Order: sequence, then C-alpha cells, then structure tokens
Amino acid sequence: MENHSKKFIWRDYQKEIADDHFFYVRSCIRQTFFPGSESFFLRLMRDELGKDVFEDARHTTCTGIGFHGDIVPQDTIMTVVARHFALMTEAGYKNIAISCVTSFGIYSEILETWKHFPEIEKRIRESLKKATGRTFEIPENIAHASDIIYKFRNEIAAKAKFTLINKNTGAPLQIVEHIGCHYSKMFPEYGVGGAEFPQVLVGMIKTWGGKVIDYPERRHCCGFGFRQYLIQANRGYSVSNSKKKFDSMNPYQPDAIIANCPGCAMFMDKWQYTIAEMEGTTYGKEDAGIPVLTYEEFAGLVMGYNPWDLGLQMHQVQVEPLLDKMGIAYDSSKKFKTKDGKDIGKPQVPESLKVGNSVHSCC
Amino acid sequence: MDIAGKNKSQFGYSLTKGRQIDYDKNNMKLRDFVISNEPSLLLCIGCGGCTATCTAGGFTNFNFRKLHNLLMRGETNNLEESMKKCMLCGKCKLVCPRGVNTRNVIFTIKRAFAMTDFSKPLK
Repeated sequence: MENHSKKFIWRDYQKEIADDHFFYVRSCIRQTFFPGSESFFLRLMRDELGKDVFEDARHTTCTGIGFHGDIVPQDTIMTVVARHFALMTEAGYKNIAISCVTSFGIYSEILETWKHFPEIEKRIRESLKKATGRTFEIPENIAHASDIIYKFRNEIAAKAKFTLINKNTGAPLQIVEHIGCHYSKMFPEYGVGGAEFPQVLVGMIKTWGGKVIDYPERRHCCGFGFRQYLIQANRGYSVSNSKKKFDSMNPYQPDAIIANCPGCAMFMDKWQYTIAEMEGTTYGKEDAGIPVLTYEEFAGLVMGYNPWDLGLQMHQVQVEPLLDKMGIAYDSSKKFKTKDGKDIGKPQVPESLKVGNSVHSCC
Repeated sequence: MDIAGKNKSQFGYSLTKGRQIDYDKNNMKLRDFVISNEPSLLLCIGCGGCTATCTAGGFTNFNFRKLHNLLMRGETNNLEESMKKCMLCGKCKLVCPRGVNTRNVIFTIKRAFAMTDFSKPLK
C-alpha cells in the first residue's frame, strides 16, 4: 500500500491541533487532586516552548458535573459555555485549550448541537446577550490539553532529562494508558485517533521511551460516571468497574498508569486504596499499588522537574517506586514541606496498601 | 469485624462481582471429566428438547440445556445442588435428536462431585 492511500484511510482519525495562541480553561477538580499539573502545563507552554497561553480570572466552572448529575439544565450549561466563548472572543483568541475531559466533552457536545440545531445556538446567543450583554465567536480550534502535549511530544523529548526506561534493567517501562470516555467516545472526530485508535497518550509514551500495555479491558470506562459516584449508594458500581480494569491489567505488571481525564486519574488512584481496605486486594509489586499520573506529571518528570513541585506527594498510590525505576533523585524529607520549609502534614499510612520503604522513612 | 462488615459501615457501598465469563479462572476440570466419560455430550446442538420434556422441569427450575451451558463454561458453582432435582426418568434421552446420553451425563456429574469439589474456581 502506498503512503497516500494510507493517509486517505486514516484521514478520519487525524485531528488538527493549533500551534500557538491558546485561551486556556482550567478544570474544577484537577487543582485539588493534581495541584501541579495545570501549573506545569502553563510553565511548559510559556517558559519551555515559548507559546502564548492566556487565562481569564473570570472563567468559571462549565457546570459539567452538575449537568451530568441532572441538576443543571442543558440551556444553562450552554449559556455558561457561551460566556466562556465570549471571554475568549473579548481577549482576541480563536483557539481554546481545555484542561478537563468532562469540559472537553461538554464543549464538543454543545458545538455539535449548535451545528445541527442552529436555532438553539440563536436562542443561547439571545440568553447570553440578555444576561450579560456579551457576544461570542465559535472557536476555530478546540483542543484538550493532552492534545497539545501530544503535539509537542517530540519537543519535550528533545529537552528530556529522563526517559520511560527502567534504569535497572534497561527495558522500557510498561505503561497503561487510559483515555477518558468523554475525550473521544462521544465525538470521535474531536480526539486524536478517534474512539477506536486513540493515540494521544500512546504517542507520548512511545516518544518518551515507554511501552504501552494492551490488556483486555483497556478501553473499559474507569467507572467514575457522574451518577455512579455522586450518590454514595451507587459508588459500588463505580469501584467495581475500576476493579475490573485493575484485575485485567495487573498480570501485565504495569509500572504506571497515565490518564488524560481528571476523573479517571483520580479514581484509578484513590480506588486502589478503597479496594485494598474493602477486600485486601492490592495491585502492583509488593502490595504498593500502581502509580497513576496525569500526562503533565509524566511530561514534567521526563523533563527533570522536581516530583514534589509537580504535586506527586498528593497521590494516593505513592510514586517513589516509579521515580526509582526512572532514576529520578528526590529528597524524601521535603516531600511534605512547602517551598519555604513549612510542614504540610503527613498522611496516615494505610493498612493494606503499602507505601514502600522510601515513604516510610519520611513518615 | 469481618471485611464485609467493614465494607458496609466504613464505605456505605460495596464491590460487585462481575458477570463476565472468565475462561482463565473458571474450573474446566468437571467439563473435561464429563466429556471423557460421556463424549456424546459434544454432539448436543442446544435444541432444548431435553428441557421441554423434563419431568423435574415441570415442578422445579431444573433445566438440562442450561446445565449443559454452565458445564461447558466451567460455571459449576451451583451445579451439585441442581443435580438433586433430576428424577433420572430418562425422557430427555429418549427425545434427544442427537443421541446424547443425557442420563449418563447426570450420573457422571454426580459421580464427579462425589469424588471431589469442583465448585471452587481455580486460582
């Protein structure tokens, strides 16, 4: 098969990602659970790659959690998102970069809705005008933050101080990649590789030296789901889905999990503790769990940033075993301290999920 | 406090066992034992004639076709209890269009359970 034919076949799976000048919208929950991820993204884009990324302090939640939890009506969420577009338009930007996969799905869904039902877009424009006096332009390019890291993965590799290779064995690290459902399962054309062959995280792992694990439940949902989690009685469904994935991936002995969705990364990290407490089941070597990182955290580690500056101490499953494999030096005594040396408090050590010697030594 | 008790009080929800048929974990030893002793079972086309004519099936939920499915999948957890409902009348054998010796299948399963416990999944 010739190259041009291949390109023709794969054209539906390509995604155009803008090169510069982004209007960045943050996630509600990432700043709590992965506090270093968004700040590293901005640092990478502005300081390392010299890109223009603009943030507006007036940007709010997209109300996606409330929308999927059935307490925010569709017209309301569309008007909130229209206001975000208005902020982007006022700032003179045409490319939107979205930190959260839930928001990314919401933006995609709204843009597709307006494409097929222009009368709804007209109604929302009127609502926004009446409520705030604002008007807006539709973004020319919509990208998830992981799309942008994917686009610049080679530039990151060029600046890499560490690779995803086990320094003790010389073998590539075995990485599980997990794509958020709302990234490309709803609107495949909005994701790199579509719903069938998502390449966004695979591309990063391979470029940075790691090996992707292809396990049976690779494309299974992490179980988060909004209605599953928001109601306590339903959380058993959520954790059972995560367990199905862990049971499936564990025989392949993954060194880490990388996720591009805030909910997936959070739940795949925290549920490992819950499952250990519930039935004593642990994953990974020596009952220490499988570390779960965001794509920004991985990029930061590869580029040689201090793990504690990236916020890795906030993870449930401790990351020291991964750092040791990558050959990254870290100071355990500074793990739970602020930059100016103040103690931020140490978490309790769980009963079943082990935290490893390096963590014990500092706790 | 046992793990289940801890589950309920501490979390307010619990893990659900999946309904996935996992051939890697299911116990296939009973299937292999039955087939080696009654190879005619492999001729079954799943028509359900055995179940339609079953005397025990008229009074209980005994179902030879379902039993056959579960046996072949290695899902043998409740099989021993189910066996007790069969009256061994043999009508299923009479109607079988493939000549499967269904009565001997039942006998063989009973014999197998008398020898060892097949209900536990393989580790």
